[in-house]
Amino acid sequence: MTTATTERQQSGDPLISVDDVTFGYGEVPVLESVSIDIEPGSFLGLVGPNGSGKSTLLDLMLGLRRPDEGTVSLFGEPAHKFDAGERIGYVAQDATKAARDMPITVREVVEMGRYPRRLFGRFSAADRQAIEDALEQVGITDLASRRVGRLSGGQRQRVFIARALASEADLLALDEPTVGVDAESREEFYGLIHDLNATGLTVILIEHDIGVVTTHATDVACLNRQLFFDGDPEEFVETDALSQAYGKDQHILQHDHK
Amino acid sequence: MFTLRRLGESVPLDNVIATPLFAVNVFAPIEWFLNYVFGPGMDVLADLLGMPMLEYPYMQRAYLAALCIALIGPVVGTFLVHREMAMISDTLAHTAFAGVAVGLFLNSAFSLTLSPLLTAFVVAIVTALLVELLVEHAGAYSDTSLAIVLTGGFAVGSILITATDGGIAVGIDAYLFGSLATVSTESVGILVLMSVLVGTLVTLAYRPLLYVTFDATAARAARLNVRLYKRLMVVLTALVVVSAMQIMGVILVAAMLVVPVAAAAQVAESFKQSILLAILAAEFAAIAGVTLSFVYGIAAGGSIVVAAIAVYAVVLSSRKLGYRLPIVQRFSDRQSKHHRKELEVDGGKRE
Repeated sequence: MTTATTERQQSGDPLISVDDVTFGYGEVPVLESVSIDIEPGSFLGLVGPNGSGKSTLLDLMLGLRRPDEGTVSLFGEPAHKFDAGERIGYVAQDATKAARDMPITVREVVEMGRYPRRLFGRFSAADRQAIEDALEQVGITDLASRRVGRLSGGQRQRVFIARALASEADLLALDEPTVGVDAESREEFYGLIHDLNATGLTVILIEHDIGVVTTHATDVACLNRQLFFDGDPEEFVETDALSQAYGKDQHILQHDHK
Repeated sequence: MFTLRRLGESVPLDNVIATPLFAVNVFAPIEWFLNYVFGPGMDVLADLLGMPMLEYPYMQRAYLAALCIALIGPVVGTFLVHREMAMISDTLAHTAFAGVAVGLFLNSAFSLTLSPLLTAFVVAIVTALLVELLVEHAGAYSDTSLAIVLTGGFAVGSILITATDGGIAVGIDAYLFGSLATVSTESVGILVLMSVLVGTLVTLAYRPLLYVTFDATAARAARLNVRLYKRLMVVLTALVVVSAMQIMGVILVAAMLVVPVAAAAQVAESFKQSILLAILAAEFAAIAGVTLSFVYGIAAGGSIVVAAIAVYAVVLSSRKLGYRLPIVQRFSDRQSKHHRKELEVDGGKRE
């Protein structure tokens, strides 16, 4: 992990660079001239009201969608052409839904982290070691043979983090990972993410809870179709970017603070 | 020795349906297998169990066919059910019926000798890929569009059959409800070949198929070719449905991809285990169904499906009862505690 960390720190270029990106679904504009850089080792918290284009921006960053205008580069390559899938750990918004009903063990899910490296053929000793280490690191080794659907919400989230760790990813992208997880587990979960970030893993987190973002993230981006703020969490709290972004749609603000 | 001799003989095929499907007689090895391996084995079993029905060659073919269906159905069905697209197997079965009708119609209209099974394969695979293309654009499987394709396929089939002159309606019942009496060496051969093909493809592509089934978005982020594997999945479904159609019937064939899988999902812990348990449930249902169908002279496809649903009902009720009965509850508690201790001892390294 230490060698990986220094490697990450040595590369001065941003890990992700979004340059003047505009995107829409058909005629509906979702993002307008958004530019943002993510430095290696940083922890970006992406906030904004519902439908503000957060998940879309994440998709664009990971190369899962292509912008209508502007460019996105990922690890120095055009994002849509980037093909080293093992460097990306992605926990989608609805990822845990399927996990609830499907008969699949913790270990089987964590093994998927090795699939980009070994889609066919037998796992090597290194593959198996990475899987064990990942289980260990998030503290679910003793749950390895359990069915994922029979775990608590907090434990289930750790399984997905372990999957990203097993692939030895450089980038962890989380889209509202703690929906439906109890408060205590949420605290623990974000403690874990904080620790992983401290070891050099770059994190992008989409989160409703502004408090979580300002506590753990090193950078905050506030989005509502346009980028209202991008910078230090402490500065963010002092500016009125949040009320500007949410102010466009006042009833969403009220709904969120109920 | 036997293989060579049988291959050389090139036995005349009495079933017109499958004959033109393959130019080379690929069924000779199957016939050899039936005559010299499976047949004698069943004869021994017949003596042991005192069931003379196992000695009849047509029953032996029926059992072998049912065993194959009970293998490939759940193997493909497990991926389908857990991607919540079980309905696609039913849809493809109904369009395969249109495929049969297309074959019969073309034969009658242009005096061709196309195998209806071949046209069924073509139509089902093309429909499968079309449905998948539609889904790629729409983003999700919709009940409505599947219902339109399903009924549409069946409607076209029924029109073509009535538009074709001659007594082709005779064979239609067999396609609709399935039949054991018409299980020829060729249909068994197709099923054995499909078992090998489907088994090989699923084994090779197991990891990407599992990833795409479980978490397609993450699979895409991990740069797997998600479209390719989704297409592979529907094509495999088409292959299974069409090859099982003759025995199970168009209307019932989807059950073999769904019911045993649903039963296994209740009890399995891991995905691999769920595939294995689904196969076991299906094999039990297949053997029970074929036997009952012969003994009581009832429909085979229906008997197999009812047997599979019975397995599902037993599994479901035993689980539900297990939660209610305190003794069972305590027992399973102790079991899981024990299980956990075991895991902690060896550091959870068990596969």
